[in-house]
Amino acid sequence: MRLEYFQMVDRITLLDPDAHLVRAECQVPEASPVFEGHFPGHPILPGVLMIETMAQTGGWLIMASQRFANMPFLLQVEKAKLRAFVTPGQPLQAEAELVHEGSGYAVVKGRLSSGGKPVAEAEIRYRVVPFPNPTLRAQMLETARRVAVPEAFLHG
Amino acid sequence: MPSTYDTIAGIISETCDIPRDKITPDSHAINDLGIDSLDFLDVAFAIDKAFGIKMPLEKWTQEVNEGKASSDQYFVLKDLAANIDQLVAGKAA
Repeated sequence: MRLEYFQMVDRITLLDPDAHLVRAECQVPEASPVFEGHFPGHPILPGVLMIETMAQTGGWLIMASQRFANMPFLLQVEKAKLRAFVTPGQPLQAEAELVHEGSGYAVVKGRLSSGGKPVAEAEIRYRVVPFPNPTLRAQMLETARRVAVPEAFLHG
Repeated sequence: MPSTYDTIAGIISETCDIPRDKITPDSHAINDLGIDSLDFLDVAFAIDKAFGIKMPLEKWTQEVNEGKASSDQYFVLKDLAANIDQLVAGKAA
């Protein structure tokens, strides 16, 4: 995870649009300016970044299932539960299940766990629209390769 | 079994916190009931789930934006209900 760049997902470990499922590994860094403020003497991953991690994980599933024709933008977070503190250096496993793919929107159930123990969960909704410009699409494709989205899902 | 209109009126009332008696078949979801685009997606999700359909919101929006359709055709509740009935019938066919 590169918290300062909002790059939350390190590696996709499973991506199965037919099963509506994605899993990813996310390694919390040992050090980050984020932890200097949140909190001094008690560094923990901010809850909003846990939600962002689930949102990005689900986002890869949506982009892959639509072969990177569209970009999901975070729209709504429902029933978010942050069950445990996450500390520097902790490995996280993220999972998202596509609950519904509507017209111009999508809904996933996201989950975070660590060492098999639940850490967070939320229902996340996205507005799904064509990429606003080619630069963003190219950047997302480059990032997709870095996080090991299978090549087959990168093109229509 | 409630009518399509009754089901969507109930969804709108619950999702958007609008008293049920303020909602009529002639209400326009946006112009009369003041439902914004974020709340309308909530409504759409609930309708999609309730009827097992995928309302073609992008197509409808495009038609309205291009002047090919009036927003009344899609957002006045009795017309929305008729469109949903067609989608449900199309799914069953």
